[in-house]
Amino acid sequence: MSRETPIPIFPAAGAAALRHLPLWPLALAAGRLAPSLVRRHEKMFARLGEQAEKTFLIDPADLPFVFVLSPRPDRPRLDTVRREAAGHWDARVAGPLAALIGLVHGAYDGDALFFSRDLVIEGDTEAVLALRNAIDNEEIDLAREASALLGPLETIATGPARRLAGALGRWTGVALTRGENGPLT
Amino acid sequence: MTARPGLELVCPAGTPAALRGAVEAGAHAIYCGFNDETNARNFPGLNFSRDEMAEAIKFAHGRGAKVLVALNTFPRAGAFWRWSKAVDDCARFGADAVILADLGLLEDSARRHPDLRLHLSVQAAAANADTINFYARAFGVKRVVLPRVLTVQEIAAINREIDVETEVFIFGGLCVMTEGRCSLSSYATGKSPNMNGACSPASHVEYREEGGYLMSRLGGFAIHRVAAGQPAPYPTLCKGVFEAGDYKGYVFEDPVSLDAAALIPQLAEAGVAALKIEGRQRSRAYTEAVVRNFRRALDDYAAGRPIAAGELRALTEGQQTTSGAYRKTWR
Amino acid sequence: MADRTFTLTLGPLQFNWPAQKFVDFYAAVADEAPVDRVVIGELVCSKRAPFYADRIPAAIERLERGGKKVVLASLALVTLERERRAARELFQQTEHEVEINDLALMNWAREETPFSIGPLVNVYNEATLAFLVRRGARRVCLPPELPFASVETIVKASGDLGAAIEVWAYGRIPLAISGRCYHARAHSLSKDSCQFVCEKDPDGLPTKTLEGVEFLAVNGVQTLSYKYANLIGDLDRLAEAGVTSLRLSPHSGDFVAVTKVFADVCASRISPQEGLARLASESPEADFTNGFLFGDRGAAPLAPS
Repeated sequence: MSRETPIPIFPAAGAAALRHLPLWPLALAAGRLAPSLVRRHEKMFARLGEQAEKTFLIDPADLPFVFVLSPRPDRPRLDTVRREAAGHWDARVAGPLAALIGLVHGAYDGDALFFSRDLVIEGDTEAVLALRNAIDNEEIDLAREASALLGPLETIATGPARRLAGALGRWTGVALTRGENGPLT
Repeated sequence: MTARPGLELVCPAGTPAALRGAVEAGAHAIYCGFNDETNARNFPGLNFSRDEMAEAIKFAHGRGAKVLVALNTFPRAGAFWRWSKAVDDCARFGADAVILADLGLLEDSARRHPDLRLHLSVQAAAANADTINFYARAFGVKRVVLPRVLTVQEIAAINREIDVETEVFIFGGLCVMTEGRCSLSSYATGKSPNMNGACSPASHVEYREEGGYLMSRLGGFAIHRVAAGQPAPYPTLCKGVFEAGDYKGYVFEDPVSLDAAALIPQLAEAGVAALKIEGRQRSRAYTEAVVRNFRRALDDYAAGRPIAAGELRALTEGQQTTSGAYRKTWR
Repeated sequence: MADRTFTLTLGPLQFNWPAQKFVDFYAAVADEAPVDRVVIGELVCSKRAPFYADRIPAAIERLERGGKKVVLASLALVTLERERRAARELFQQTEHEVEINDLALMNWAREETPFSIGPLVNVYNEATLAFLVRRGARRVCLPPELPFASVETIVKASGDLGAAIEVWAYGRIPLAISGRCYHARAHSLSKDSCQFVCEKDPDGLPTKTLEGVEFLAVNGVQTLSYKYANLIGDLDRLAEAGVTSLRLSPHSGDFVAVTKVFADVCASRISPQEGLARLASESPEADFTNGFLFGDRGAAPLAPS
């Protein structure tokens, strides 16, 4: 029941391909995700408190780009940029994409990933802790959040989106949906 | 086969999601706290608002689980009312017990809420039968959480001399100092478990990669330096690497955590009423996994089956475990 | 300038000194130290007590001849059977006041035999103080980690209750107590076969960080600060707040000189600045702090008012 299998690393072929693809479609989607998350998870910001003013660098070490998150309730932003273009940040959380997504999905325990060195934390440790705790309580499913962006089409889109995410997940090893039973159970 | 004593599994919840997870994973009771300085896990982004607490108690009661609310810091001089009010709220929400440490707050609660069940927090460090009997007589305390300095034999001896229940830690982070009597954190950072509900607070933690090593500091004091690939501990002072005379290393304790699953039968025979899992600061995933594992262990014990142990190591600090003070050699 | 009238209390010796050093120390205190109260007895580890227990009666007699009020210290952490028995016996005598350092002793404390509360009991607020005073506590030495604002509030409440409030004014600060012996651990021994290695360090075993910064001092099952608390420069604001008693915790070297410096500053025979200079020259190795009361953390550099 402990983590018996190593954390999947995004396939190098996939990561190499991503390096040559334009970043804007992902950036656009991520940019839209932030305000939607705010709307759907107000409580998360209450938990973040003053830490919502901080800027977080979310760094999937196996991918050629990073996310810059500023979870301010009034002006939430999630920017996707090339690693070398990331500007100022207060706290950096780095690890394989699967670990980062697994954290959001509650499949992994943040402390355990840190103890095992799968997760690297730099800068404002208090802000990272607040973000981790706030996200953990929300039981977020990224596939559902992505389909929620489609508004009224959500119910129609959820099925295909989950199927696509499932197929992608099987190839990359990265669970894109919240499992009923995460790797921990 | 003779009937074996039933043990209550008391599980941590830092968030409503973790509480639901613990209840669903088989917790008999959950302990949690408000999102302020009244509880000893006052960490950023953690704990329950008043509304969340009321809802959580309803949720747990609907599924036959108890909620024990920890108000186990020592009220700040001049702000005693804040703790007193928190006890009022627990009584109003129908909490099954409050877990207290402060003499003044115990007296105040016993007087104003005679029907509210009082548990003595580990932060009160009641380490002998005389102290426990004092708390039982003075305030009508019904259960005592024992400090992690006692052997199983000592726990059995204590239980023979007292009329209240005892609860002991079975898994999770391990204080090596007597709880509630440690100011190491406030010496280094100004924030203390007793006053602020935070030991080695994240606000004073700094991680830095230095020459291929991960250096961690607390309040500017270097606590560890670990090479790439080595397990990283959280920079808790009592698990740091220091130099004392000719000795260089973990002066107080290695970065291990407690796993006393193998001692469940002995603890039950020692007369313990409840087993407590540490970790309100851990994720819902952790809580669920640990609770499910221990509920199975308790069910195995009750049914006379052998207890499977040691499956949770990857979740623990330093990824090593110890049975701590329960065995005398630890001292 | 505030009236600097304080009761000076010599706290119980925290360290494991050889019996002869123990005898000589209390003889010097009895004959020369300008302190009002002397708390005597084993605080830290019950294994140490047999080495000097037979010397205590004579020490008490001499201290009383020297005009000191003698108070008997309890152990800080009572777990073993013999420790419980010893704790109970402290209250079977009524000749001397008892200082409680573990709440187990509240079992035997009676309102009619006044007792005091030591700095290792958690008194963080006025409600706890009131509870203890109603049960018979007449003097409370506050936990050293309390900030000055809390001390002020508690002292205000103590006035109505009629209890004297003492603060930790000099010496390495007790930070933690454990079931495990770190002195033994540092010598690869266990507590049960410790060979009394704590005797090697008359002021505790200094403990440095990986970067060579002096940080803590190990003293058997107790952990102390590396720095010495020193409130010599803060006596006016303590007096203004209503603190009436100062605790001086024994160290090796000429500790009588330390008590004289405090007495001299209290009596305004010398200035606080001169007092500080003298304390620094008495203990050149000591690094001072008043951080818990007046700084942002316990280890903050000394910042006298």
